[in-house]
Amino acid sequence: MKKFFFALIGVCFLSYIGASTAFAASSKPVKIGAIFSVTGPAAFLGAPEAKTAKMLVDKINAEGGINGQKLELIIKDSGGSPEKAVSFAKQLIEEEKVLAIIGPSTSGETMQIKALCEENKMLLISCAAAEVIVNPLAKYVFKTPQKDSQAVTWIYRTMKEKGITKIAVLSGNDGFGSAGKKQCEDLAKTQGMEIVANEVYDRAATDLTDILTKVKGTPGVQAVLNWSIVPAQSIVAKNMKQIGLNVPLFQSHGFGNPKYVQQAGVAAEGTLFPAGRLLVVDELPDSHPQKKVLATYKSDYEKAYKEDVSTFGGHAYDALLVITTALKKAGQPDRDKVRDAIENLQGLVGTAGIFNFSPTDHTGLDLKAFEMLTVKDGKFTIYKK
Amino acid sequence: MDSGNLALQYLLSGVTKGSIYAVVAIGFNLIYSATGVLNFAQGEFVMLGGMVAVTLAHFAPLPVALTGAVIIVALIGCLLELLFFRNLRRQSVLHLIIITIGLSIVIQEAALHIWDEKVRSLPYFSGNEVSSVKLWGAAISPQVLWVLGTVACTVALLHFFLKYTLQGRAMRACSSQPEAAMLAGINIGNMRTLAFGLSAGLGALAGCVISPITMTHYEMGGPLAIKGFAAAILGGLGNPMAAVAGGLLVGLLEAFSVSRLPAAYNDVTAFLVLLLVLFVRPHGLFGRASAESVREH
Amino acid sequence: MLGKLKGLWPFVAFGVGCVLVHQLLRVTETEYCFTQLTMSLYYSMVVIGLCLLMGYAGQVSLGHGGFFAIGGFTSAILTTFDFSKLKGTSLAAFLKQIHMFVSREDLFGNQVMNVSPWAAFVAAMLVTFVIAALVGYPALRLRGHYLAMATLGFGLIVNKIVLGTSFTGAADGINGVPEWKLGLGLAVSGKSAARVQNYYLACGLVLLLLILLRNLVHSRVGRALQAIHDRETAANALGINTSAYKLKVFILSAMIAAMAGVFFTHYTAGIGPSEAGALKSIRYVALAAAGGMASLWGVTCVSTLLNYLSLRGIFGSYDNAVFGAILILIISLAPEGPFKAVREWILGRKKEECRMQKNKNRLAREVGV
Repeated sequence: MKKFFFALIGVCFLSYIGASTAFAASSKPVKIGAIFSVTGPAAFLGAPEAKTAKMLVDKINAEGGINGQKLELIIKDSGGSPEKAVSFAKQLIEEEKVLAIIGPSTSGETMQIKALCEENKMLLISCAAAEVIVNPLAKYVFKTPQKDSQAVTWIYRTMKEKGITKIAVLSGNDGFGSAGKKQCEDLAKTQGMEIVANEVYDRAATDLTDILTKVKGTPGVQAVLNWSIVPAQSIVAKNMKQIGLNVPLFQSHGFGNPKYVQQAGVAAEGTLFPAGRLLVVDELPDSHPQKKVLATYKSDYEKAYKEDVSTFGGHAYDALLVITTALKKAGQPDRDKVRDAIENLQGLVGTAGIFNFSPTDHTGLDLKAFEMLTVKDGKFTIYKK
Repeated sequence: MDSGNLALQYLLSGVTKGSIYAVVAIGFNLIYSATGVLNFAQGEFVMLGGMVAVTLAHFAPLPVALTGAVIIVALIGCLLELLFFRNLRRQSVLHLIIITIGLSIVIQEAALHIWDEKVRSLPYFSGNEVSSVKLWGAAISPQVLWVLGTVACTVALLHFFLKYTLQGRAMRACSSQPEAAMLAGINIGNMRTLAFGLSAGLGALAGCVISPITMTHYEMGGPLAIKGFAAAILGGLGNPMAAVAGGLLVGLLEAFSVSRLPAAYNDVTAFLVLLLVLFVRPHGLFGRASAESVREH
Repeated sequence: MLGKLKGLWPFVAFGVGCVLVHQLLRVTETEYCFTQLTMSLYYSMVVIGLCLLMGYAGQVSLGHGGFFAIGGFTSAILTTFDFSKLKGTSLAAFLKQIHMFVSREDLFGNQVMNVSPWAAFVAAMLVTFVIAALVGYPALRLRGHYLAMATLGFGLIVNKIVLGTSFTGAADGINGVPEWKLGLGLAVSGKSAARVQNYYLACGLVLLLLILLRNLVHSRVGRALQAIHDRETAANALGINTSAYKLKVFILSAMIAAMAGVFFTHYTAGIGPSEAGALKSIRYVALAAAGGMASLWGVTCVSTLLNYLSLRGIFGSYDNAVFGAILILIISLAPEGPFKAVREWILGRKKEECRMQKNKNRLAREVGV
C-alpha cells in the first residue's frame, strides 16, 4: 500500500516534469534574465531593482522594442541565497537561453555564478559592487554600480579636507558591509588614514550603543565611518547622539534613500556620504549631462510605484541600459557581438554616472560618478566645503 | 571618557538591549507557563504589534494606535490558537514546536506581502532621536526608560492577574495540573486561548515600545524570538520575573562581550552562554527543577 | 531467498526510477533539470539523516544546517586556501607525495596549491565527528524543547561565526571550489558536460544511504532506537544504553549532513553562510516531518520533490511561506506523515465497508430475508 503511493507520487513527479517541458518558449522576443534578491536580507537592493527593471522593459516594449524585437524579462527571486543564484543562473543559461543576465543584487551571489557565466559564455551585468567581480577580468562579466573603492576614496578625501585622519570603522556582517570594510582597510594605508577602531556588528542588531561605547572609549577617534544598510545605519546615527559621541558621521552610499533620513530623524543632520546624483537631481543645473535621465527615471518610478526612488534601483536601470544600447548597436541578439558592443560603449549616460567601457574596464565608471552629499533640514543636498 | 564612565555606559547599553529582550521574554514565558508550548511565533507578535501600530499611527494619535495594535494582535493570537491548537489531539511537544515554527514563517511572509520590506518606526514616546537622559556621566535614550517602565508594569500586572483574579488562578491551575483543573470545571481550551491572546497582546505592546529603538521591519521577529527564548531559558521558564532577569542578563553579557572581544561575536557569546546553561543547569538560573524533568536522567 | 529479494524491490524500483527520469529528460530535451534534481538529492540526504534522528531516535534537531555548513565550509576552505607559501618546503613535497596537497591552475590562470578534495573530505568528516560528539554529549541529555533550543543555538553559533570571520568568506561565502575527482573517471563538478554523471552519482549516494539506514533500522540497533523512541525509561530498564545510542545516531546523522555538504559544495563550486541559518535547518525539519518522520522513502520523495520545486523558483517569493505552510498542515492534520494518513484513511474506509457489510448480513438474517 505504502509502495503504491510512492509510485503514484513518482508518476505525478514525472508527468510534472514532462508537462513543464511541453511549454517551449517562443523565440521571437529577446529574452533577458534577471536574478534579484527581491525578498530576504538583501531586499533593500533587489526589490527596487526588480521594480525598475520591469518598469524599464515595459517602457521599451511600449516604444517598439529594440531592433524591432520586443524584450522579455525573466525575473528570478534568489532571496539572497547563493545556491538559488547558482540554480537560477543555470536555468537561465541552459533552459531559457537568455541573451544576458542582469543582477544578482549581492556580491556574494555574483561571485558564485561568475565562473559559471564565463564558462558558458553568458553575458552577466551584475548589480553588485565588489571589486572582485571585474578584477580579475572575465570576458563576459560586467557590473554597473560604482566601485566601493571609489566611494571610500571620496570619503577619505573629504575627511582629509576636514583635518580628520583617525577614524572608527563600523560595518554590518552582510556582503555590503564586509566589502566596504575591506576597501576601507586597504585604502587607509595608501590614503593616509588611520583606523583606530574596527568593529563588525550583526545586520539585525537592535541597538548599537555598546559598540559605540567601545568607540567612545577609544582615544583619538575623530570621525565614525559606518558601512551598512537599514536599519543599522539609522540606529548608528541615533545612538551616537544618544550616548553623546559628537564626532562627524560618515555613511556609505548605502544611505542613499530619503526614507533613511526620515528614520534617523534629527540625528541624520550633518551626515556625510557619497552617492550618485539621483538623490539630488533637483539641484542639478539643466545643463548637467545626467539631469534628463535622472529626472525621467525619478518621475517614472515614483509615478509607477508611489515610493521614493533609490540609487539601488538605478543599478538595474543602468544594467538594462547597457544591454539595450549594446544590442541596438550590435543589430542582433548575438552574445559575442553584444559583448563587443558593450566594450566599446563610451559616454553612456546612466543613473550612477557616465559609463565608458573598454576591453580592460568592465565597470565603466570613475570617481566623477560620485558626489559627496549631506543631510540638511531633513533633505539630501550636495556637500559644499 | 574615563573608565568608570565607560563601564557605566556599557552597563546602560547592556540594559538597553536587555530590556528589549526582557519585554519579549515575558510574553514567551507566559504561553509556556500556561500551556507548555514553546511559541516560536512570539517574535512575530512583537513585529506585528509594531507594524500595525505604525499603520494606525497614520490616522490616529499615538495612544489610540498603541491600544489598537495591542487589541488587534491579541485577537490574532486567539485566532491562531483556535485554528491550530484547539483541535489538536494530544500532540507531542515536538509537533507543537514545529507548528509554531511554521506559523512564525508564514506570519513573516504575510507581513512582507501586506506591508513591504521597508523599515519603519513609531515616533519616540518622549523626546526624539537625539534626546538622552544623563546618568552619572553616561547617557541613555529616554525610550529605554519607557521600555523598562513597560516591563515593570507588565510584570506587576501579570503577578496580580495570576495570583488574585479568577481567570489568572484558573490559568495557573491548567498549567500545573490539567486533569484536576478540568475536574474543577475549568475549560482548558478557553484558558489556552486566553493565554495566547494575552501573550500576543504583550508581544504587541513590546513591539510598540521598542519600535523607536530597534525600528520595525518584517524580518525582525526571528532574531528577537531567538534572543527572547535565550533570555527566558537563561532566567528559568515558568516565572515572569526570571524572564526579565534573563533578558537583562543576556543584554549585559552582550555588552560585556563587545567590550572585550570583536563586536562580531557578541551573538556567539550569548548563545554559548545559553548552551552552557542548558547543559549545566537546564531549568535556568532562577528556575526550580520542576516535576516535569528537563533532563532524561 | 525470495524473502530477501522481496525486501530489495523498493531499492531496485528507486534505481529504475532514476534511470526513467534520466530518459524522460533526455527525450524531452530538458536536461537542464538535472542541476536542480542533483542539488535536491543532496539536500534530501540531510533530511534522511535527520529522519533517522527524529523519527527513529525521537530527538529533534533544529541545527542540522550547521553540520551541512561545517562539512561544506571545511572542504571549501581547504580546497581553496592557497598554501603556495609552503612551496619548496619538504613538508609540502611530502604532503604532495601522499596526495594530500595538489597543485592546480585556478580560475584566473594562477598557480595555486591546495589540499586535495579527498583529503579535505576526510578532514571535514573528522571535524564534524568531533563537533557532533562535543555538542551531542551534553545536548542529548536534554528533552523536548530544551534539546530543540540547544540545537538551534548550535546552528546559529555556526552561522554567526561564519558571518563574522573573513577567513570563511564572511557574508559572501566561499566560491571557486574546484571539482573533486573521485577516481574511476568520476568527478563531482558543476560542469554541463558532467551533468548526467553527477546526477547518477547523487542518486547512487542516496541509494547507498537508504540501504545502509534500512539495514541499521532492521538490526538490533534499530530496534533499540525504536524502543528509545517509544518509551525511554522502559528501554533503560531493559538495559539499553540509551544515551550511547542517541549520541551515536546524532553523530551519524550529523556526518551524513556534512557529507552531503561536501558533495554539494563541489557540485555548486561554492557555499554561503545561509546554509547554516535557522531557516535552512527549519526547512530540513519541515521536510522530515512532511515525509513522515519514520519513513525513509516518504522523506526522500517529499524532500526531493519540494527542494526541486524550490530551486526551480516555482514558489517565487513565497518560498519560505510554502515550507512554513506545509509544516503547519502536515503536523496538524497528519503528524505521522501524509502517506500513513492516506493509507489509514483508505484502510479505514475498507474496514468501514467490511463492517457495514457484516451489519447488513446480520440484519438480513434477523429479518429472515
